[in-house]
Amino acid sequence: MSADFTLHESALDISTLRAPLAHAQAGAYASFEGWVRNHHVGRAVTGLHYEAYAALAEAEGAKVIAEARTRFEIIDLRCAHRIGDLAIGDLAVWVGVTAAHRDAAFAACRYVIDEIKSRVPIWKHERYAEGDATWLHPQP
Amino acid sequence: MSVAVTVLYFASLRERAGKSQETYRSTAIDLAGLYEELAAQHALGWPRTQLRVAVDGAFVDWHQPLREGSEIAFIPPVSGG
Repeated sequence: MSADFTLHESALDISTLRAPLAHAQAGAYASFEGWVRNHHVGRAVTGLHYEAYAALAEAEGAKVIAEARTRFEIIDLRCAHRIGDLAIGDLAVWVGVTAAHRDAAFAACRYVIDEIKSRVPIWKHERYAEGDATWLHPQP
Repeated sequence: MSVAVTVLYFASLRERAGKSQETYRSTAIDLAGLYEELAAQHALGWPRTQLRVAVDGAFVDWHQPLREGSEIAFIPPVSGG
């Protein structure tokens, strides 16, 4: 059985990721996919690189998912995040949730992606069309 | 009395420090003091209040004392997702 939160150095495969979420009691499956877009604050983006403090990212990601399991009436939940070099259109992060009913599935999915973005030590390095690149460190 | 620790740097802090990790000997009384020493030495540029700190893979308080042989990471604002 795979961990609830995982880091991946190669492309994410959604059918593989969602397979363990299937349960006979589940009436709802909600997912979120974060994709690499070609613009940021008006600048043309050509690609990006994600760096993680892997040990802490895996621990903090697992903590986020454990919180979601206690807060929402869900059956199962996973999150996978890419690290390394990504191209425009690549899947950067995936969250999948199953529940008996849709409200809990949507709510847990939203909670997990919001907490992952604000707490888990992963950093985005964006490359721009002009040839420069920068680390993104958004202030809370 | 000084303590030897391993310090990890990530993202823009890694670029400022010019290295991803180092062994460092410090007499600082706590992690906050260690950060002030290293920020001055490497011109890290970040005010400590905008960072978090982790020891041996867990977030901790800045006022925790240094422990011999521990692995310390300063965590700038994150941008995953």
